[in-house]
Amino acid sequence: MAAAARAVPRALREAAAAFSAGGDVAAALGALRAALEAAGGAAALAERERAQYGAFLRRLVGNPDSLPAPQRQRLWRGFFAEAPAALGFPVLAEAVAAPGPGFCLTMVVETLEQFLQEGRLSALMWEVCQQQAQDRSPELQETLLSKIVCLPDHVSNKLQGKNPPVFFPQNYFPLLGSAIIQVLQKISDSLRGGLDCSISFVSHVLGKVCIHGRQKEILSVLVPHLTDVTKSDCIWQRICWRLVECVPDRWMEAVVLGFVQRASGADVLSRLLGNLVVKNKKARFVMTQKLLLLQYGYTTAVLQNVLGYLSLDSLRRALLIKVLQELLETWGSSSAVKHSPAEQQQYISKAILICLSHLKEPEIESCRQELLASMMAGVKCHLDSSLPQIRRLGMIVAESISLKINTDGPVLKFQYEEDNETRELKSLLVQTPPCSVVPSLPDDDRNERADAALPVVLESNEKPHRAAPVMPDEESDAELDSDDDLIPYDMSEDKELKTTKAPVYIRDCIEVLTGSDDVDKWDATIKALENLIQKNPAATREVSVELAKILLHLEEKTCIEGFAELRQRAQVAVLITDPIPVAQYLTSQFYSLNYSLRQRMDILDVLVLAAQEMSYPKIRGKNKHSGAQKPCIQLLPGSDSSKDWRRIVNERIKSKTRRFAKGQSEVKQDSVPNEFNSIAGHFFFPLIQNFDRPLSTFDLLGEDHFVLGRLAHTLAILMYLAVNAMAVTTMGKALLEFVWALRFHTDSYVRQGLLSCISSILLGVPTEHLLEDTTEELLETQSWLADVVEKDPDGDCRRLALQNLLLMENLKKKLETVPS
Amino acid sequence: MVLYIRNQLMSPYDIYFRSFVALMALPPPDPEFVLRGTSAAVHTLHFSCAGQEPDFPILFSGSENGFVHVWNLKTRRVDTALDGHGRKSVYWVETLDAKDRLLSQGRDQRICLWDLAEGRTSVTDSVFTENVGFCRCSLLKVAQGRWLMAMAAKSLEEVQVLELPSKTSVCTLKPEVGAKLGMPMCLKLWQLDSGSQPWLLAGYEDGSVILWNLSMGKALSQLVCHQEPVMSLDFDSEKAKGISGSSEKVLSIWSLNEQQNLQVHKIHKLVNSGISDITIRSDKKILATAGWDHRIRIFGWKKMKPLAVLDYHTATVHCVSFSDHRNPTERLLAAGSKDHRISIWSIYTQT
Repeated sequence: MAAAARAVPRALREAAAAFSAGGDVAAALGALRAALEAAGGAAALAERERAQYGAFLRRLVGNPDSLPAPQRQRLWRGFFAEAPAALGFPVLAEAVAAPGPGFCLTMVVETLEQFLQEGRLSALMWEVCQQQAQDRSPELQETLLSKIVCLPDHVSNKLQGKNPPVFFPQNYFPLLGSAIIQVLQKISDSLRGGLDCSISFVSHVLGKVCIHGRQKEILSVLVPHLTDVTKSDCIWQRICWRLVECVPDRWMEAVVLGFVQRASGADVLSRLLGNLVVKNKKARFVMTQKLLLLQYGYTTAVLQNVLGYLSLDSLRRALLIKVLQELLETWGSSSAVKHSPAEQQQYISKAILICLSHLKEPEIESCRQELLASMMAGVKCHLDSSLPQIRRLGMIVAESISLKINTDGPVLKFQYEEDNETRELKSLLVQTPPCSVVPSLPDDDRNERADAALPVVLESNEKPHRAAPVMPDEESDAELDSDDDLIPYDMSEDKELKTTKAPVYIRDCIEVLTGSDDVDKWDATIKALENLIQKNPAATREVSVELAKILLHLEEKTCIEGFAELRQRAQVAVLITDPIPVAQYLTSQFYSLNYSLRQRMDILDVLVLAAQEMSYPKIRGKNKHSGAQKPCIQLLPGSDSSKDWRRIVNERIKSKTRRFAKGQSEVKQDSVPNEFNSIAGHFFFPLIQNFDRPLSTFDLLGEDHFVLGRLAHTLAILMYLAVNAMAVTTMGKALLEFVWALRFHTDSYVRQGLLSCISSILLGVPTEHLLEDTTEELLETQSWLADVVEKDPDGDCRRLALQNLLLMENLKKKLETVPS
Repeated sequence: MVLYIRNQLMSPYDIYFRSFVALMALPPPDPEFVLRGTSAAVHTLHFSCAGQEPDFPILFSGSENGFVHVWNLKTRRVDTALDGHGRKSVYWVETLDAKDRLLSQGRDQRICLWDLAEGRTSVTDSVFTENVGFCRCSLLKVAQGRWLMAMAAKSLEEVQVLELPSKTSVCTLKPEVGAKLGMPMCLKLWQLDSGSQPWLLAGYEDGSVILWNLSMGKALSQLVCHQEPVMSLDFDSEKAKGISGSSEKVLSIWSLNEQQNLQVHKIHKLVNSGISDITIRSDKKILATAGWDHRIRIFGWKKMKPLAVLDYHTATVHCVSFSDHRNPTERLLAAGSKDHRISIWSIYTQT
């Protein structure tokens, strides 16, 4: 045996000599094979011989031509196939990465392909693991590592599209994953046999693959398998924990994120990761900080995984409380509420709710005061926000916190509309912490329970709908021969009978609205008012300002359906009938003392609606009660008005943009003078004048920024509707100044309004005037817009700014095509 | 070829039209015609249209000024105006078999029997009820030439049943002592089929309906179906089911079971309160109500399916009545209102 072993180096030397001197290579190789066989195969070589054998293989790769032609392939492949994986693979991979002269790529790739298909990757890793236990050089491992992980890249670089499928990342990495599973299996076997074994190389492979962005491919193989084997086997659990723990810090984040996203539940995650967050700083940072506070793109399931994982062990529960405190700190910080995007705030709210659902009574007890304090702070700054979505988030989270901390006392309760989003948020709170009692509960069971829980929720939602049709059904069985052959007539007119008659004269209306205590009469009057005003313009003009005043101060005496709209319609009718004095009155009242925000916003709405009706004559008088055709203006502060405003502006921008691009002009249906043109200034200038003069009760630049946002939107619409008016250039200039003064406003609703203003200016003011009179302002605006597109936290702001830039671009193009 | 093109053109329209009809219910019909000229609120109506040619259909109306008008429905004019109640409101008219023998009840506390044959307009007989209420009488033909008439009697809570034409008292129905029913408000005499024993349903001021057995003179069942006085009721003896209305916003549908017990079957909610009259059409398919809200409502009787709301009158509708035409397609509905008008409708005549 020893003699045979000694024969190997000699044969190697001879073969090397044959290569370099050009001797009989075939004979030398034949001798080598015989020697290897005698020594018991290449795997049995000692350290030194291995190194020599490696050098020989490298030679062999570089000189395939020196082999005798007939058996070349067979011989050549034979050497690599028989060589230990840890020797053969790096040589081949190296050859692919950096080919030497006279090297045959196809042969190398084919050999590699065979290598992969025979599943020798696992043998390779297992060899390294064994060597690691004997403490081998780290550099060698490092190169091997990068060869394994980067093989698909290298091969595809070389082959440029003629890549065999096995080297496609979506095939290669799952293959690697299953190889890892085999290695882990071997490790577990050897641990059970009482042998030590190092897992760190496998961890390195895993980490490197993950950091290369192939988490999905590799973990979709690994995680389900590990989930399965760790169910009841503590050795496998230990192996799995070690596997993740041994990942170097620089790759830890990628691995942890991969596991978090792919684990099917918090308990699974807990089995796979063990107490990783406690042991590893990097992992702790990723799980408790980065994933929750810095990023917000993950699904709710991921959040539930992470927070559930934190709650499943007493060591980790301390972290859970800490996490909750940090989340609440962010949630309650007014700067975060103002500056972070709505999506992130929603994400954080979800995380808070999930945390709350995991907390137990004594834990809540211990931090009740802090919870209360941060809740109070958070509610305040959320309710201050002008975005309805943020307000509602604040309400839901605050309700949930108060529900948790006041188990017996009164609980906070807000009024908001229930929709799918709120229901989803609330469902996060009521879930039971999954399986904290029985951590080894089988996975399938848990899933079933989750599945079962879902329909229950749905059912309870459906109940009210179902209840309605049940009643008539009861009878249908008893009497099948029903009245069905009798077709009912339209009964929509069957409404409650009104006993009082509506007044017929405007002055009567004024009398009723100011003095009357007769509720029915009052009701009839408010309903008849719009019609009366439209029918009697002359009579209305006599009392227009008085009427406007009454309507502005009118309050709902009894509950009347659609009161707000009725009043608004009447106000609009008055304003249209006698525009100049009423507009003067309304705009002056907007900036005067002793009005509620509601009234001020009413003024803005009325101005916009009237302007809209006046500039579209065909709408007037026709189809007044069909809501679809009318511009929708928000009537209650709860609903999302900004969308409607924006939708109108956006639609117009879209239509206009198309017009510029295609060079078509819209066909005007009928030419009626635009009534708004001559009086646009009366609407516009008084409104824009005084915004920076705070009153004791009304501070637009301060805390009443919601009205400021509405004002900006109003100005944008008025500007747009004044297109082709005489005053439009002056208006545009004034509006640009207004925008410039407020461009760094912290409230995103205001910024949206300002961006709409810019759109209106670009669309409304004639191009020549725009460029002549406001060149500098435009340039400044452009750079501001570019800034917004890049940096604004609010998605809608970014989109609007981008649209504006596009409009500017179009203007420029238009100028180029028409040289002045 | 031309035909083909026509088909192509027609079919989308056809589809559109069909879907339109399916989606949109038809608007309620207008009255066939309107009878004006009573110059007072109309309180009661009665058709007599069963006669054959050359008899013309007739509608009797009783109004607040004490006149009974005989309307010729062919000419749509008043043939005769009968003045027999001393200008006191007439609130019930009914014929004894033929159209020339008419009963009318007025606020002068008299029930008159008119002889209208051959152009005569004379009162041949009368009953002095001594009752000051508004309760309409109820008439039931028990045999050829023999009728029973139920009417509110002199004493407040009592109902008296007379035999006509002999005017002999058959029985007096007194509630138990201390029942506190109040006055009878509406009456309905009925029998299961001709020859069987007659029953009386009476609605009272306290909102209850009582079933009386005439031969024993005993109340068999009492059902409190309203909180307010029962204004009107009608009963379908085939289905043993009745309906009543009050000044409330509901119609109450009740049934009579085998043990002669009245039970509430269903409550139907209305949009406006107050029902002054209810009539089930003789074919038991539909019923009409006269509302204080100026509207006539039509329901399917089997399931109380709302069918139509006829909005013509400008004041309270006091009475509704279906005609007794032999040909069902000619059947009419008449409604009399406080606005002095009688509206005549032709509705659901095809079924």
